[in-house]
Amino acid sequence: MASLNDYLLVSGLLFAIGLAGVVIRRNIIIVFMCLELMLSAANLSLIAFSRFNTLEGLPDYNGQMLVFMVIAVAAAEVAVGLAIIVALYRSRQTIHTDELTTLKG
Amino acid sequence: MTLAWILFYLPIVTSAVNQLVLRRNPVVPYVATAASALCFLISLVLLGREGEVGFNWATIGDLNIRIALKLDQLSTGMMVIVTGVGLLVHVFSLAYMREDKAVNRYFSGLGLFMFSMTGIVLSANFIMMFIFWELVGLSSYLLISHWYHKNSAADAAKKAFLCNRLGDFSFMIGVLLLWGITGHLTFEGLREWADGGGVAAAPAGVLGAAVLCIFGGAMGKSAQVPLHVWLPDAMEGPTPASALIHAATMVAAGVYMLFRLQLSIGSDAFDNFAGTTIAWIGGITALLAALMATQQDDIKRILAYSTLSQLGYMIMAVGLLAGEAGMFHLYTHAWFKALLFLGAGAVIFACHHQQNIWKMGGLCGRMPITSATFAAGTAALVAIPYVTSGFYSKEEILAAAYSGSTALFAIAVVVAFLTAFYMTRAFVVAFLGKSRSDDASHAREVKPVMWVPLAILAVLSLISAFLTGPLNAYRPHEASLIIVAASVVSLALGLAAGFFLYRGKNKDPLNIPAFRERLYFDGIYDNVIVRYFQDATAAIVHFLDEFLINGLLAGGAARASQGFGNLFRRLHGGSLQAYSFAFGLGVLLVIYFTVFF
Repeated sequence: MASLNDYLLVSGLLFAIGLAGVVIRRNIIIVFMCLELMLSAANLSLIAFSRFNTLEGLPDYNGQMLVFMVIAVAAAEVAVGLAIIVALYRSRQTIHTDELTTLKG
Repeated sequence: MTLAWILFYLPIVTSAVNQLVLRRNPVVPYVATAASALCFLISLVLLGREGEVGFNWATIGDLNIRIALKLDQLSTGMMVIVTGVGLLVHVFSLAYMREDKAVNRYFSGLGLFMFSMTGIVLSANFIMMFIFWELVGLSSYLLISHWYHKNSAADAAKKAFLCNRLGDFSFMIGVLLLWGITGHLTFEGLREWADGGGVAAAPAGVLGAAVLCIFGGAMGKSAQVPLHVWLPDAMEGPTPASALIHAATMVAAGVYMLFRLQLSIGSDAFDNFAGTTIAWIGGITALLAALMATQQDDIKRILAYSTLSQLGYMIMAVGLLAGEAGMFHLYTHAWFKALLFLGAGAVIFACHHQQNIWKMGGLCGRMPITSATFAAGTAALVAIPYVTSGFYSKEEILAAAYSGSTALFAIAVVVAFLTAFYMTRAFVVAFLGKSRSDDASHAREVKPVMWVPLAILAVLSLISAFLTGPLNAYRPHEASLIIVAASVVSLALGLAAGFFLYRGKNKDPLNIPAFRERLYFDGIYDNVIVRYFQDATAAIVHFLDEFLINGLLAGGAARASQGFGNLFRRLHGGSLQAYSFAFGLGVLLVIYFTVFF
């Protein structure tokens, strides 16, 4: 059976891949997906902690409750985020982050 | 003792009410005059009383500074002079200042001055005296700059204030030195210290230095060489204020303070280089001021230099350990010099603010009362023998000089001659002969409210020497033949020279530029001290301002924030990924530090 470390390793990898995607990729849809990947990485580590943190022989369900919470919020966030991207595309005709530089100081 | 407190507080309360409550009310001058009359009555009642009353003002460790009123023969006698001259000046000012726009400010200033002067005279310790010493400087500043819209008046006020400040620093150093030596600040404490043989035990050099530093305060306030330059310029102020402050009372405060010191720590403390220095500075001031007075054309300036010269006499007497003679001369001088100034004020008033004696002339016929009183004042100042008060007090000083130092006696006699000469000159030119300008030919005798104070002062300047019973300042006149002869001969020579040289002249037959230019004191001060020191100070200030404050502090802060701003601006490239990268890096750092530290 896989140990907690294995789960955390996978979770960390997922998070790193997600972060790398957010930082490197220029397509805003991909960036958005990578954000979701980071959320999933967090979820995975929460599940793993929950599974390996037993109270009286049972897993600590608080972690799993938190994961459901995160998934629900992430679903809402995806809806808002995609709507923003669509609005952005309509106004700028682009989804490349290089061309979205109005925040420049 | 309640009376003493009333005497102390009444002028400031009146002044504050006048300035803050009544403001532009036409009743202000009368309120101020009534208050000064009340002060004079209280002074008469208190005359000769002894006692002390006060409260603790500041307690620092063992040091207890009191605001205390000390009544004794010296202070109550001085109060009569101050409030007496003050009252007459107030009455005179009612007419003199009536058409001035800022008459209420003027009377408030007089009230502030009376308060400050009362504080000096009645103070029981040096700290309180110093506080009021500064306050008279302030009120003098305010009154000199009464017509502040004139540049000359504003400059004169600044000059007076700065010269006084210079002296005041010295005064404070002297007081602290004296405190360091004796451990006392009160006059009573100093006297006990001196009675206990403290003077002999104290280091003579330091004690002499302390006395000299305190004398520095008197040099500023009583306008002794080389700090005398402010007094002639102070004549820019209203003439009655000059009479009160710059002739009769404030400038005499230096003499009063020195005599108070001499009474407290005893003559022995003056009997060394300190006393000699004081006497010589007094003598030199008397001589130089008399020389400068001989060539002045402004009637007020002539009187100002004669005040300087007479103050020099008094200081010389104190330096020669004859403080009583100095105080006696202060007492008689206050009356006749106030008279001369008020007389000059009346003349100036009648001549439409013409102050040049060469534009006057022939005033004797047109202003008989003023002329007669001015003549009485002149007689007292030049010391006509046996009938004027000035003669007796000047005799005392000459006697002190005679027994003290031959050189100073010679100086004093020369000054007596010069005094007779320049006062005769002023009188002959301004009052005799023919009018030399329209202003003078249209002059009319002033109103009673102006000549009555003159008349009172004229009587006092003749007889005040005989009224000293309660003051106990006048010692029986031991007429030494040499002294009387010297004084009479110098007087006769001076009168004759002045009379025959200036009778019927339309312009000055003598022309001595050095005296006219006041022995170049002002020029030297302007061109050397003011210029170089001011330039050096300006350079230092400029360096501090430009480099330190502007360059380093204000500019440095601006440049630092600008630099940081530029640095952080790079981060704000507008690239989302860069932001998120920085964010991720930050999170990593936070995790690193929280986990591994």
